[in-house]
Amino acid sequence: MSELTLLLIRLAFLAVLWFFVIAAVGVIRTDLFGSRTAPAGPGKGAKPAKPAPKPKSRKGEPRQLIVTGGPLQGTTINLTETPITIGRANDATLVVSDDYASSRHARLFPQDGQWIVEDLGSTNGTYLDRSKVTRPTPVPLGVPIRVGKTVIELRK
Amino acid sequence: MSEVAAAPVPMPAKRRMAQLVMLAFAVVITMGAYANVGLAMDGAIPSGMLTYGLSLGGLMLAAYLVLAKFAPWADPLILPLVTLVNGLGLVMIFRLSETDSTLPSATLASPNTQLLWTLIGIVLFSVTLIFLRDQRALQRLTYTAGALGLLLLVSPLIPFLGQEINGARIWIGIEGVAQLQPAEFAKLALVVFFAGYLVAKRDVLALAGRRLLFIDLPRARDLGPVLITWGVSLGILVLQKDLGSSLLLFGTFIAMLYIATQRISWVIIGILLFLGGAIMAGLLFDHVQMRWRAFNDPGNPEIYNAIGGSEQLMQGLFAMGSGGILGSGLGQGHPELIPLAFSDFIFPATGEELGLTGLMAILVIYALIVQRGLRTSLAARDPFTKLLSVGLSFLLAWQIFIIVGGVTNLIPLTGLVTPFMSQGGSALLSNWILIALLVRMSDAARRPPPQAIQNEGMTQVFQR
Repeated sequence: MSELTLLLIRLAFLAVLWFFVIAAVGVIRTDLFGSRTAPAGPGKGAKPAKPAPKPKSRKGEPRQLIVTGGPLQGTTINLTETPITIGRANDATLVVSDDYASSRHARLFPQDGQWIVEDLGSTNGTYLDRSKVTRPTPVPLGVPIRVGKTVIELRK
Repeated sequence: MSEVAAAPVPMPAKRRMAQLVMLAFAVVITMGAYANVGLAMDGAIPSGMLTYGLSLGGLMLAAYLVLAKFAPWADPLILPLVTLVNGLGLVMIFRLSETDSTLPSATLASPNTQLLWTLIGIVLFSVTLIFLRDQRALQRLTYTAGALGLLLLVSPLIPFLGQEINGARIWIGIEGVAQLQPAEFAKLALVVFFAGYLVAKRDVLALAGRRLLFIDLPRARDLGPVLITWGVSLGILVLQKDLGSSLLLFGTFIAMLYIATQRISWVIIGILLFLGGAIMAGLLFDHVQMRWRAFNDPGNPEIYNAIGGSEQLMQGLFAMGSGGILGSGLGQGHPELIPLAFSDFIFPATGEELGLTGLMAILVIYALIVQRGLRTSLAARDPFTKLLSVGLSFLLAWQIFIIVGGVTNLIPLTGLVTPFMSQGGSALLSNWILIALLVRMSDAARRPPPQAIQNEGMTQVFQR
């Protein structure tokens, strides 16, 4: 084996090794920037169907979260794209000082113009209207969500 | 409401194709590395290349099929990334065994044994995935896992069963037949225990206590678990002379405690306890003192030539230095000069042949594995899964930091294996189980939640 061949093999091997790393990062990149089963970005195929439902749901989209019962009654939070956490922990968006609430009690997050409520394994449970939230459930406008003594609602 | 039912909640895709392609890529790189070793050392493609390559490829294909069947939503990258580091480890061990040298680093390297261990590792990986269908089952075994972990830790101390090899009493088995390091498996059991315990107790550990200056101090009685873990890791240090495992265990516990409670005071307490323990151990035990002196002044001839001195460390540094940026090329360096080049010092051995460029690639691959674990933790839905996946990822990351930091003389050297690369069955098996757990959890985290029945006007759903 000549020196030159070995040098080329060596460089090629390192290049391929890094190419593997870059390919792996590429897979992660799609994971970070929304590789979804129904891709939402600019692309092919399923595209024309996607933009249509978007403006439709915009109309009925809630803009505010209002506390209608409990110690924090009257508080309003403007809804943006960021998820809202409810609980006793300091880092929750809505901090409730309530013995019946857990430190991370429930979470509200937007998805396709819908707000979804999810119980985060709280002790006393989260109730949407009168049914216990056992899995991520979409929240219609004006339906009360009960977290401990606190009642919240989504409004336009 | 009907709109919701029509549009499924978007979730990560399975990305099986990406996984299969990356897996094939990893196996091809490994085969290329075998070929490179053969071309450089004998001027011909080694006869074993196809055997090794195909058996690694076959094993990984089997692992992939098990994963596709039993954890279809699992992260697509974990398995290919692990395959590549495992494959590169096999190549380095093969390369060391090919050397015409009577040095122990060359004669004790046995690629066939390591391939066999990889096979058993894949079997354990598959068994874990097949039988552990829901990682939350482990939460019920919290205290069982804790007891099992402690039992495994102390098992080498049991007479007749335990054996002392190379000055560390960390082995069990029958002389000359087979030995295992139970501490490798104990780590996994203890991380499961920590996760289960902290999920149950984190509120009290996070909330109770007084505020002093700018840190929240915990109550004195809540210090119990930290002190117990500290005692256990000191026990490992004293009774088994195993610095690495001791540091690994304590560090992982402190990290998990911090993540569970988000309180910086636990980290400060942990570091103080660790420093206290380390200084005490340094004053009392010769082998700890020796490691510290080797770290401080590795070039000193007196320390270099001492038994248990810095010769190994310096040889590793020389190897990485002679490798430079691009390395000497696979099969063209002299990594066999480093004592234990096939196990603890496989990282500098690889560094000599692949150079800084190659080492960085390997470190990035490890970082990506850890990142996938942390990502799983972020996506996980219940606190136990979150803590367990973050604990296991941290265990892996911390282990890599301790050994890579040790061989590069960033921190004092403590013997630990480089995950998936070093020759040694116990570590490989336990790390494959760790990966199986991560895969299981990433499957649970990425699986789309079952769709709620939206049309409540038509169907009444009662839940109890």
